[in-house]
Amino acid sequence: MNLTLKIWRQKNASDKGKIVDYPMSDVSPDMSFLEMLDVLNQELIDKGEEPIAFDHDCREGICGMCSMYVNGRAHGPDSMITVCQLHMRSFNDGDTIFIEPWRATAFPVIKDLIVDRSAFDRIQHAGGFISVNTSGNTQDANAIPIEKENADKAFDAATCIGCGACVASCKNSSAMLFVSAKVSQFALLPQGQVEATDRVLNMVKQMDEEGFGNCTNTGACEVECPKGISLENIARMNREYLAASFKG
Amino acid sequence: MALDSKIPKGPLADKWTNHKNEINLVNPANKRLIDVIVVGTGLAGGSAAATLAELGYNVKAFCFQDSPRRAHSIAAQGGINAAKNYQGDGDSTYRLFYDTVKGGDYRSREANVHRLAEVSTNIIDQCVAQGVPFARDYGGLLDNRSFGGVLVSRTFYAKGQTGQQLLLGAYSAMNRQIGRGKIKMFTRHEMLDVVIVDGKARGIIARNLVTGEIERHSAHAVVLGTGGYGNAFYLSTYAMGSNVTAAWKAHKRGAYFANPCYTQIHPTCIPVSGDHQSKLTLMSESLRNDGRIWVPKHKKDVEAIREGSLKPTDLAEEDRDYYLERRYPAFGNLVPRDVASRAAKERCDEGYGVNKTGEAVYLDFASAFMRYGKEQAHVKGLDENDESLVKKLGQEIVKNKYGNLFQMYEKIVDQNPYETPMMIYPAVHYTMGGIWVDYNLMTTVPGLYCIGEANFSDHGANRLGASALMQGLADGYFVLPYTIGDYLADDIRTGPISTDSKEFDEAEKSATDIIDKLVNNEGTHSVDYFHKKLGKIMWNKCGMARNEKDLKEAITEIAELRAEFWKDVKIPGKADEYNEELAKAGRVADFLELGELFAKDALVREESAGGHFREEYQTPEGEAMRRKEFQFVSAWEYKGEPKDAVLHKEDLVYENIEVKERSYK
Amino acid sequence: MSGILNSSIGRKFAMALSALFLMFFILQHFAINILSVFSPDTFNEVSHFMGTNPLVQFALQPVLIFGVIFHFAMGFILEIKNNKARKVSYAKNSPSGNSTWMSRNMIWSGGFILVFLIIHFIDFWIPEINTKYIVGDMSGMHNGEFRYYEELVHKFVPIWRVALYCIGFVFLALHLLHGFDSAFQSVGANNKYTKGIKGLGKAYSILIPLGFIFIALYHHFNH
Repeated sequence: MNLTLKIWRQKNASDKGKIVDYPMSDVSPDMSFLEMLDVLNQELIDKGEEPIAFDHDCREGICGMCSMYVNGRAHGPDSMITVCQLHMRSFNDGDTIFIEPWRATAFPVIKDLIVDRSAFDRIQHAGGFISVNTSGNTQDANAIPIEKENADKAFDAATCIGCGACVASCKNSSAMLFVSAKVSQFALLPQGQVEATDRVLNMVKQMDEEGFGNCTNTGACEVECPKGISLENIARMNREYLAASFKG
Repeated sequence: MALDSKIPKGPLADKWTNHKNEINLVNPANKRLIDVIVVGTGLAGGSAAATLAELGYNVKAFCFQDSPRRAHSIAAQGGINAAKNYQGDGDSTYRLFYDTVKGGDYRSREANVHRLAEVSTNIIDQCVAQGVPFARDYGGLLDNRSFGGVLVSRTFYAKGQTGQQLLLGAYSAMNRQIGRGKIKMFTRHEMLDVVIVDGKARGIIARNLVTGEIERHSAHAVVLGTGGYGNAFYLSTYAMGSNVTAAWKAHKRGAYFANPCYTQIHPTCIPVSGDHQSKLTLMSESLRNDGRIWVPKHKKDVEAIREGSLKPTDLAEEDRDYYLERRYPAFGNLVPRDVASRAAKERCDEGYGVNKTGEAVYLDFASAFMRYGKEQAHVKGLDENDESLVKKLGQEIVKNKYGNLFQMYEKIVDQNPYETPMMIYPAVHYTMGGIWVDYNLMTTVPGLYCIGEANFSDHGANRLGASALMQGLADGYFVLPYTIGDYLADDIRTGPISTDSKEFDEAEKSATDIIDKLVNNEGTHSVDYFHKKLGKIMWNKCGMARNEKDLKEAITEIAELRAEFWKDVKIPGKADEYNEELAKAGRVADFLELGELFAKDALVREESAGGHFREEYQTPEGEAMRRKEFQFVSAWEYKGEPKDAVLHKEDLVYENIEVKERSYK
Repeated sequence: MSGILNSSIGRKFAMALSALFLMFFILQHFAINILSVFSPDTFNEVSHFMGTNPLVQFALQPVLIFGVIFHFAMGFILEIKNNKARKVSYAKNSPSGNSTWMSRNMIWSGGFILVFLIIHFIDFWIPEINTKYIVGDMSGMHNGEFRYYEELVHKFVPIWRVALYCIGFVFLALHLLHGFDSAFQSVGANNKYTKGIKGLGKAYSILIPLGFIFIALYHHFNH
């Protein structure tokens, strides 16, 4: 099939950037979206132009590196996938496809479609852990049974890949789904409860300092999340935060 | 230099404990004076960085991704082994040790593997304490599943995302130390060289991938946890950025490279769909617990299926060849990976492949649906003879176990695996070979350590499923942090290492020379052009089955391709900016050297063992034929060109295990 | 606890609490207004009680005014802050695939409600305050009868005002269609009852504004 790509090009962080049109022909529907961009990049290199810079690594939907706003949606039109799992069969011959980087003040553009998501890391540094040293003498893994329902919910929250689609698709660029996933995972496990108060206060504080917007419960994040992280987690984080605030 | 594996004396089961008691320690006040560089933030690097920082060392950690959480360990699906014996099925440290040595086709070190089995239980305890949400049963206790090549259930898992959960555990431990300032994290940085001062590893040269700046970083010791080199095959289940550069540069600076030809070809990956393909996707081995692998018995059915005139679900049972169950009745579909892969290749080479390219076999869940469904119907008191109800109930169970894998398959292939069997084919997945290390995980360069997949030590010629995660975390959490102290104890009075030395000058110059050469080359072909060509040579001549003629050709062809690469590669853009083509070029340049050594190693190893199958050395039934005279580790010393590499042998001694014909029949 | 209003979640919580309070108030307001359809006398009596009871006037009324102002002010502050969180907008954005129009346009529905509220205050509240506290007539009587019902009916004579009220309540409905569940989510209530809350929210958001519209139309066409 033939396509017109409208891709955000920006040389570096200080460049203003603009949308550039690229016609594509003979795109196979079996290609993944990133493979289609690979083909375009090969053509650009052959023509002596600079290829389009985009983040990608595992190409199987788990590393969370790829981050593109495709036709107005985070990771493209399909649901429960990252853009590396998006296939060209989701598009039609003659389509025009906009490809833009995540847009959020807290995620500045590095080049073309690549953004800096280190804000997410800094939020995790603030409390996204359980303080346990590696000693080899930790108590037996089965010493504390954990109710299956809670273990499963903790797992569901823990499947977050930190891609930032939640922020990108939120009209407020809020990071609450991301932060709440980590807060929830630990809040649901007995091991995590010891530090629960400090964790939620510190992580939310860092989140606010990074310049993410506030959550207005539009639910866009949940729909766009490639791992289907539930809004329940945000509600849980709200509870945890309020309880922690009144406690501390 | 003679290889000294430094395996402690004494009975096997006491070696590690005694060794820990005897090695030197660094007191806490002195640890503050010591810097350690850790390159790579996967399970091995991440856990090592966190643990070293907990102990009090100043750690500098490097990864090429934008966050340590994205290292490719995250993609491991199935699980992690540990000899907990929670299922009471007779598991023990010895049995895990035995299975691993046998699974590795008697090409791994006894002492290392036993240590691995010993600390395996600590890993699970540690991870649970960190909040890793392993699967649990209704009693709230940890659940286990079974994996290929073993007869017990010892694999802990978190649905199909075990690697992700374990990596995020290590990442969280790192975050705690980054927050405390004990780890300084350098993301989007690629190590370009290791710096040797007075014979000791004292730092690295790294490139900031965003600005293109070349940086010098010094430390008292350098740890490489930089993963495997399967991307030499171009198409693999590795991440796009996975590379051999750090390990290869270490090799060029004096670290011996061991068993490069030991590569694991994983049997259950999604088949290649076309020339545009950039990477292959793995379907967890755990699927073989419930899926049955087959191809049609008759060629006419194969033709009909390829044409689309026959649906696989319509083929009668008696017309299907469940070849693994036929050939290996004891282990059936759960034979080790090398065996399963070769068997698939054998069927496809005979013309029984079920897709258009003829390179795919079926992985069928139909009987699992019925088996689980009947069980559920019985539990719920429903009609066990109602086939559609039973199927539906069974699908629910399978969905709970492997839902994310089924979804992934459907997204990629556009077929519903609940309704039609999956198509799978082997793909490069893991490299057992790597930098040679002694029992302390130190390479042949003093102060340079290598952990996880990047080293060679524990898996022999074939890795069992769910053992990679175990080894990465064992090295990072429980082995290296102890053994490195033995070396660093001599460094408490050294003081900070200066980056202002001729050694750093030289290493930086050698890195910038390569970059300058690449960006100014003005050739005609892109990096991928060469990488794809290398991949074709590797897959066709150094793949699942190898022979002398092919390997010799491969050596010549790779050397020619390398020369062509340096003459004709074209890199757009500049060196002082974000330039992915430049980064890729550096990596492919190293693959082009490694590939040749790989072929040379495979040529020298005139036997079949695990992932290394030489067509000349097989039993009449087509099974791998090990040879006693090759019971050694090949450790290659760099001498300028891969063809000039010098072979050193470390003999493998088996005192606690009887070396037998590896049989899964 | 200190500075909770400086945190994103604290603000969100405060927004939700004021919303829940206002929703309760609207329900109460509606309950009284609907009386005007069934029994003008009861309506008058309840109105007089609400208009003159010191507890209502000097305790509840200030809280209500504070709640209204807080909800609006915080709404605008959050909107401005949230806009700062994305300085460059997308060239192409298709949010309808992931969220409802109502949820994304609370600022607009809220803004229209504010306009409506100002008119509503001019219509009812300011004359009422004037009569009671400036003129000093606390009797609630006009020409020997309670004045409340008559005043109400009188206001709904001009068609333009009825139309304005109807539009105002349509925006209220749109605002509530997202706001009702959203308030519960913000205070952390997302559990097995969420489905029920969502159903209740839908019913509330449609029925209450519809009821107000019915009252306005009823009086317009019956007098």
